[in-house]
Parts: sequence; structure tokens; C-alpha cells
Amino acid sequence: MATTTFETERGYGVRRVLRQAIPYVLLIISILPIVVGYAWVIIATFSHRTQGLLPVDGEGNFGGFTLQNWTFLRDPEIWRVTLNTFGIAAGMVVGVGFVSTLAGYALSRMNFAGRKGFLGLTLALHAFRPEMLLIAIFFVLLFIKNNIPLIGKWFGFNTVGGVALVMISLDLPLGMWLMKGFFDNVTWDMERSALIDGASRFRVWWEIILPQIKPGIAALAIFNFISGWNAFLIPYTFTIGAKVSNLPVYLNRFSEDTSMVAWNQVAAVGLFSLIPVMIFFVFTQEALLNIYGGGAKGGV
Amino acid sequence: MAQAVMVREELRGQEPSRWARFRATLGAWGFMSPAAVLVLVFFFIPAILLLLLSMTDLASHNFSDPWTFIGLENYRRLFSDKFFPKILANTFRYVVLTLGFFNVGLALVLALLTTNINRRASFFFRVLWLLPRITPSVVYIVMWRRFAQTPPHGIINWFLGMFGAEHQPYWLNETPWLFVVLVNGFVGASFGMIIFTSAIEAIPKDLFTAAKVDGASTWQIVRDITLPLLRWPLLFVTTYQTLSLLVSFEYIFLLTQGGPGLFTTEVWSLTAYKRALYTYFGSHAWGYGAAWGFILVAIGIVASYIYLRVFRFDELVQEPKIDVL
Repeated sequence: MATTTFETERGYGVRRVLRQAIPYVLLIISILPIVVGYAWVIIATFSHRTQGLLPVDGEGNFGGFTLQNWTFLRDPEIWRVTLNTFGIAAGMVVGVGFVSTLAGYALSRMNFAGRKGFLGLTLALHAFRPEMLLIAIFFVLLFIKNNIPLIGKWFGFNTVGGVALVMISLDLPLGMWLMKGFFDNVTWDMERSALIDGASRFRVWWEIILPQIKPGIAALAIFNFISGWNAFLIPYTFTIGAKVSNLPVYLNRFSEDTSMVAWNQVAAVGLFSLIPVMIFFVFTQEALLNIYGGGAKGGV
Repeated sequence: MAQAVMVREELRGQEPSRWARFRATLGAWGFMSPAAVLVLVFFFIPAILLLLLSMTDLASHNFSDPWTFIGLENYRRLFSDKFFPKILANTFRYVVLTLGFFNVGLALVLALLTTNINRRASFFFRVLWLLPRITPSVVYIVMWRRFAQTPPHGIINWFLGMFGAEHQPYWLNETPWLFVVLVNGFVGASFGMIIFTSAIEAIPKDLFTAAKVDGASTWQIVRDITLPLLRWPLLFVTTYQTLSLLVSFEYIFLLTQGGPGLFTTEVWSLTAYKRALYTYFGSHAWGYGAAWGFILVAIGIVASYIYLRVFRFDELVQEPKIDVL
């Protein structure tokens, strides 16, 4: 719509400037809360207190810049929590990536009983994230912990593994849908010659097709890493205690409404949690936009 | 190998044998098995468990005892609960307001605005609008609580103070619904914005050029060309976001915990979660919470089924690209 504007409709002089400026002004106004929110976090991290957006010191005078809020980095607990968070995020990348590329390939290339049902399930679960099932998954995890010998210790209730497993499952629908879409756009030729030459389907998948959808896998990996890193509800529901917390749960303990909140320290830990998000945000913007649009592009 | 065999047979013009077909299906399920197992363990089994749970009286005090089934008692209790009408009204209010103003409304406005300006600036704004979605929910809520704080710290009150406003309360207690809608809306708007933007960009430019040659104003172009062509994306986003909003409660949980006071901003999904999994007046009521939760799951299943029908899912599903069977 922006490409063709005619001379006359732009008006002259002041009207022209105003007319072209209006969309920008409206967009800037709409974004203001986001920008101000982030500005506060950054300012608060480095100041003693804040009044509104102004950094102040103990007496209320302007100034009060300090690195004091970052002393939490000396506490070993934060590093354990960060490790847990990274574990969940990495687990999600590997888990969802692996399972959904396998399933996406089958959904895209093969005709098998239940294919349509599975596809419908993916679409429905994509829209209707079954967070109500958390109540019942609680018991599933307890069962795994108490009854299944080897795996139960690492993937049961109150473990990082268990949290990762639940998160992987809940993000599978999106992953399978996206991977199927990517596979649909890869041509048949190389696969066909490899199959004729006698390669197994799995080998074809691993050695030929997978390298061709690297951008898709990368985009999915980014999305899953961010999801895993930021996860709050599922880790909060299925873990007790600081040893198995992740960053958001840890942060929540300090910012809960019931106690006196040390806002500036909360902001510092918050900024610490935001680091990978910021990195991805700066370097992978286009991939982010595509992924969060859900890859919705017409036919399933 | 069965697949290769079938390809060869096909190339020779023969029907693949039943044995080859069977082995091919096994192969396909080999690929599907990790996903199938996870879906079974974390979707199907919990769904059935939830139904069973909702028919027991499981709570904190009898957690280690075997489950006692009490039929539909929990559901009877649910519908006669003193706060049932309020929670129902809250849920309705939450979904309609957030959907109308932000997830669809603002998304549409943003899409229209960003397709009217310089391409790079539009990209910049759209990426900025992704920020609420990729911020950890805890940090995001901390930002918003800081906005609403009392003086001298609160940001909104700080701005108001600069204009000399007298009334500077704790805004979360003053106008909790405004914040609930804002917080969720800012996250939700980006989905619709991305979809509407791609849809608008797919409209052939000739239509706009022709309209402008005929002297149409921007508003007329939007009303008569853009919006009618956006009908399917609008329907898609509306139904998708309605389902999403119906089940989402994380931000409300963090922002107000359903308060202030008794159930002011409590929505259905939040009640289910809190009663079963959160210490609620000292104990967890698993069975009762499961009842609340199962009703939502049932609504979701029915809604998804209708949703798939409306979007003519059967027609949309293409045959597999390479049909070797």
C-alpha cells in the first residue's frame, strides 16, 4: 500500500508532513509502554532506587548509580538456577527438534493410518494449549518418579528432566506443524534417487533431507530455546525448592506480592534473565517474526 | 527397504504388495513413535485422568488414600458455588475485551498502519511488538507492576505528577481489569498483527492503484478493499485467539492472583489451577479443581472440532507430497 501514493493525495506543505507523520506517531504511541518498561529495567538495574524513571539515591536526589544490585552474581545459587534454566532450554531445543522433524517428515511424506487425525490434533492443540491438563500431569509425573525405576529419578516429579519433558510435549504440536510445512517445500528428486538406490527411509531423512531444511530447524530451535528459557508456569507447578528452580521461578520468589520487594535487585536479576532473549532479538529478527506468526501459510 | 521396493514396483507399473505396504506403515510409525508416545503420555492419558479425578473427592487431607469416587458431586458443587456466576462473567469479560481491543482490534490497526509506511520502519515496529511475547512472563509483569505503583516509585504516577494530578493510587487495586486486559493484550496483539500484515501484503497492488486513480480516500480503501479481503484471516485469528484466551491465565496469575479482594479478576482457568495446584485457604482441592478444569477441556475439544470443520480442514489437508503407498 505504501508504494504508490500520488502527488495530489499527499497534499502540500504542512498537510503533507502531517499526513505522512500520523502513522508513525500512532505506532510510537502504541509501543510506548513496552519501551518505557524496558527502559525502567535497565535504569533500575544500575541505580539505588528509582522514582518513576529517574534513578535516585537513598535520600531521593538524582543520581545514585551503583553496581550493588549485581552482587547476586556471587551467590552460587543463581548459577545453579541458571544451569537448570539452560538445561530446560537446551532440552527443549533437542527434544522438540528431534521429535518434530521425525514426525514432520512422516506427516509430510508418508500416507499412514491416522495421519489426518494426527494433523487435526496438531492444529487443535496448537490453538488450545492444554494447560488445564497440568492438574493431571502432576499425577503422571508422580507416577514416573515413584514407579519407573531408572528414568523416574531424572524425569519424575520435582526434577529438571521432568519439567523439560512436559514442556517438550506441550510444544510438539507447533513443532510438528512447522516441520511438516518445511518438508512439504522440499522437492522429491533427491529422496527418490536415494530410495531407488536402496537407502532406508531413515538414512534418507538423516543424510539428505535434514540438511535441506536447516533454516527451518534453526528457526524452530530459536523459538524453543526462548520458550524454554522463559518458562514459568510449568517449572513453577512441578518443582519445589530452589535446587530445581529455573530463573523465572527463582525471580518470582523475590518479587511476589506478599513481601517487601527489592525492586532494583529484582530488575537486575530480570535483566540477567533477559540476556539470551536480547541476543536472539538483535540477531534473528526475521526468523522470530516468521516463527511467531505460527508459520500459517494456507494449506496444512 | 520396503519403500524402495515399492518405488521400484511403481516404476514398473505394479501395485505395491500388501506386505510392502504393511512394512511401509511400520516405517512411518517408526518415525512417528517418539511424538506418538509423548502425545499419549502427556495429552491423552492426562485428559482421561482429569475426567476421573473430577469424579473423586481428592484433596490435601486424603491425598495418600486410595481415590474415592463421588460421581458428579464436584460438578454439582461447581454450578452451585457462590462465586460461579462471577467467575463465569469474569471469563467472558476477559476474553471479549482482550480479543476485541487488542488481539484482533489493535492487531488489525497495527497491521494497517505498518503496511502504510516505509518498509524498513514497518519491520522495526513489528519486531518491537514481539518484545512482550519473548520477555519472560515474570519480568514482564514486574515491569507492569512498576507502572502501577504508588508514588514516588510508580511510573504512571510519576508522569501524572508531572502534570500536577492529585489522585495517584495503586492502579492495580484501582483499575485491575484495565491492567489485566492491557497486559494480555500487548502479548496477544503480535500474533494477529503478523498474520494480518502478511495477508495485506498479499493483496495485489493494482487494486489499490485503481482505487486511488478513481479518487478513493484511505478510509474508503480500507473499508471497501482491505477489510473484505481480510475476512478469512480475521475469522482465523478471532477463533484461534478466543480458544487461546479461554485457557490462558499465567499473566493474570502473576499480576493479580485473581484479586484484588475476592475473585475480582478470577477467570475460569485460573480457578481450576488454583484450587487444584495452589494452596487455597490452606489445602489443595484436587477433585474439585479437576472438575473446573475438565469442563474447559471439554469445551476446548468441542470448539476445536467445530473450528476444524469451519476451516474445512478435510479439504485443506493435502495428500502427502510423495505418496509412495
